[in-house]
Amino acid sequence: MTDTLKPRDEKDVEEAVRWALAEEKTLEIIGQGSKRTLGRPSQTDVTLDLSGLSGISLYEPAELVLSAKAGTPLAEIEKLLAASDQQLAFEPIDYGPALGQPGGRGTIGGTMAINLSGPRRIKAGAARDHFLGMTAVTGRAESIKSGGRVVKNVTGYDLCKLFAGSWGTLGVMTEITLKVLPAPETEATILVGGLDDARACAAMAAAMGSPCDVSAAAHLPDHVAPFFDALPKAEASTVLRVEGFAPSVKHRKQALAASMKDYGAVTILEERDSRLLWRGIRELRPFAADGERDRPLWRISTAPARGHEIAAAITPAARMVYDWAGGLVWVAMPFADDAGSAAIRSVVARLGGHAMLVRAPAAVRAATDVFEPEHAALAALSKRVKESFDPRHLLNPGRMWAGL
Amino acid sequence: MTVRLPEVDAAVLRRRKTIIAALRQLVPGEGVITSEHELRAYESDGLTAYRQMPMVVVLPETTEQVSAVLRYCYEEGIKVVPRGAGTSLSGGALPLADGVLLGMAKFNRIREIDFDNRVAVVEPGVTNLAVSNAVAERGFYYAPDPSSQIACTIGGNIAENSGGVHCLKYGVTTNNVLGCEIVLMTGEILRIGGRHLDSSGYDFLGLVTGSEGLLGVVTEVTVRILRKPETARAVLIGFPSSEDAGECVSLIIGSGIIPAGMEMMDGPAIRAAEDFVHVGYPLDCEALLIVELDGPQAEVDHLITRVEEIARRCRAKSCRASHSEEERVLFWAGRKAAFPAVGRISPDYYCMDGTIPRAKLPAVLAAMKDMAAKYGLRVANVFHAGDGNLHPLILYDANKEGELDRAEAFGAEILKLCVEVGGVLTGEHGVGIEKRDLMPVMFTQTDLNAQQRVKCAFDEKGLLNPGKVFPTLHRCAELGRMHISGGKLPFPDIPRF
Repeated sequence: MTDTLKPRDEKDVEEAVRWALAEEKTLEIIGQGSKRTLGRPSQTDVTLDLSGLSGISLYEPAELVLSAKAGTPLAEIEKLLAASDQQLAFEPIDYGPALGQPGGRGTIGGTMAINLSGPRRIKAGAARDHFLGMTAVTGRAESIKSGGRVVKNVTGYDLCKLFAGSWGTLGVMTEITLKVLPAPETEATILVGGLDDARACAAMAAAMGSPCDVSAAAHLPDHVAPFFDALPKAEASTVLRVEGFAPSVKHRKQALAASMKDYGAVTILEERDSRLLWRGIRELRPFAADGERDRPLWRISTAPARGHEIAAAITPAARMVYDWAGGLVWVAMPFADDAGSAAIRSVVARLGGHAMLVRAPAAVRAATDVFEPEHAALAALSKRVKESFDPRHLLNPGRMWAGL
Repeated sequence: MTVRLPEVDAAVLRRRKTIIAALRQLVPGEGVITSEHELRAYESDGLTAYRQMPMVVVLPETTEQVSAVLRYCYEEGIKVVPRGAGTSLSGGALPLADGVLLGMAKFNRIREIDFDNRVAVVEPGVTNLAVSNAVAERGFYYAPDPSSQIACTIGGNIAENSGGVHCLKYGVTTNNVLGCEIVLMTGEILRIGGRHLDSSGYDFLGLVTGSEGLLGVVTEVTVRILRKPETARAVLIGFPSSEDAGECVSLIIGSGIIPAGMEMMDGPAIRAAEDFVHVGYPLDCEALLIVELDGPQAEVDHLITRVEEIARRCRAKSCRASHSEEERVLFWAGRKAAFPAVGRISPDYYCMDGTIPRAKLPAVLAAMKDMAAKYGLRVANVFHAGDGNLHPLILYDANKEGELDRAEAFGAEILKLCVEVGGVLTGEHGVGIEKRDLMPVMFTQTDLNAQQRVKCAFDEKGLLNPGKVFPTLHRCAELGRMHISGGKLPFPDIPRF
């Protein structure tokens, strides 16, 4: 039976890691456990449950800064920000429904540990771009801090960047400081109907290269369109969001609609439908529906203009959603023993970028690389960096790659 | 001016001739500089108070040459200091007497511009401004715009994580790069990132950006390029006090407006700038704010009106919005000339670079006034008001006995105050040599050890740019040691499930 330790504060976390060091126990770090099935299946001795480290310790709207303990629910932070018309601009997606869990769960620690970003990443940056400071307990059972509470800071190495996306393998984050931003006054979405994937990527590139300041660009092929209630027609839809002050949104939606007419029939989704649509994209709705959740799900990050080449290289039975103007491709493969890994890895090797197996039975995730395999020199550097923080491999061992 | 540098390795100096011959094999032609006359050009960077002649300068032209030079130095135990354009204001490129200075100036080509993916692939010796110029024909630009952008290079921007006046809205270097090729001290060549938007695995690009040339030598960079906003307008607002100006900044941001740029100058800086460039800055003010809005005309006009309303509520004495591109540029002319303008009223000045939580500005300015009296030196302030990055300019005369020492002590006290009020030692100029010994003001020894272990993971022999950033050098073996104690059950008084 796996033991669970539930520290109450940073000192408890230090003590837990010190104990694990002495007893040679490995630790699985969790907040609410909402992302537990992501990554390689964990084989640890003890669970370190950080949900007790909760609470927003600092929020100064005029300074655009917020600090919270790592186990603070993301929903609590988003709610507090919304009350001051502010938001986390990186718009973290909600993996819950696609992983067979309720939506709206997860902590800020988990969000930053996997650098969880959403549609607005193409304009506003990823979670890591809003990560100003942290305290963490390393695998040496030492509390360290990095960064601060100000945006402009080049004092020492930016360890926050290193910890964002480290999947808890370097240290146990205990407190996190974020840059927050004003929420847009309103939004609208320009919809271009009926485009094939290649033409859609070209349309998105044109939109991103326009002065219309597009804040999100996605392409929903015809086989996933029926999952989005906010779409006026269940056909392939290329959707471009503009956000900001009302007079500006009014101007930009018209300018963008006019420039997109060359690509296909244009419809404008006003604020309400626009919000509904992007919420659906944020919740990965086509992959969360009944009957869809058995498909292995991949997340592919590649050069935006080449995203559409993936479709041509894999089975037509796959379901796909293109976000980030084509640079982030969600692919649900038909069920297979290797989750379709061979086909996906080979196309990503050709296009550049990386693929992560997001959803598959644990046995499959244990037998197949979940993260993109690293070249030898890079893998060796990753291991040296891992060991500089966690020399005994106590923290989330093997969560990203075997041996890391 | 003397500064503590790593101990000179006499054995390396004795082998200088052999080393030069070996380097000439690796970088043929005119890529190895050895004459005292030519080496002189490299003895300092933008922080000219510190000078040190390098043992030899090498100017490679290819990644393979960089790799070969580093591998040779690694095997021979020779220190290496990388250098871009040498515009660092913190001594980051200060040479070492027994070290190779690795100049990246010949890496000056733009390799590819990819408008479909909105990236440019450039060599590290390309200047910041050259990137924007290269993509301007299609209406694009590279967002980070440090004030040295005409001279500073992208490689140096990566090393320092450079900002600029527009970084409040568009981010600093780390938010605008997607990939790089980097050579480690061992000569290993790594490719990190690419044209995609996030990294698989550890974010080494984020780590290397701002690492001040201590982790590796960057030989290629992929930067994001953005479409230029349709238009930009600026508002020039004068206030009777810095408190009023500070309140105005808070209200602008509090109302949901993120200006493209928001700069503040204090009384001495306003008057020095106006005397120099005559742009019509109001001289009866103690604080001047330049707020720039960019985007579609409809948005900019709308926001200008809102900013003007907020300014009036904050007791602005004067408020002028630009009505033409010429006028907007004129508003900025004084701010952009602030440093040379201060240079006119004082033989020397020392530029500081702390960041503070914005609300602390009036308190910090007041404390600085007291310090100015204590040290008997004048100070003028320019301030990236949106992000809290403060540049006090301490006025002194190096020819007067003891003034430079007093200026340095004054500067150190300012930076300590910045940390005390919740800020940091450096916002965009880097730690380098200049702020190295102040690092313990902000970090514990444990914090610094963790950072130095990362350095060890990249450079186990500590040969790349040693003596910068960290106040004490440790051997990696010593840092790696771990003492395990205890073994008792953790916090037995709380529940285990």
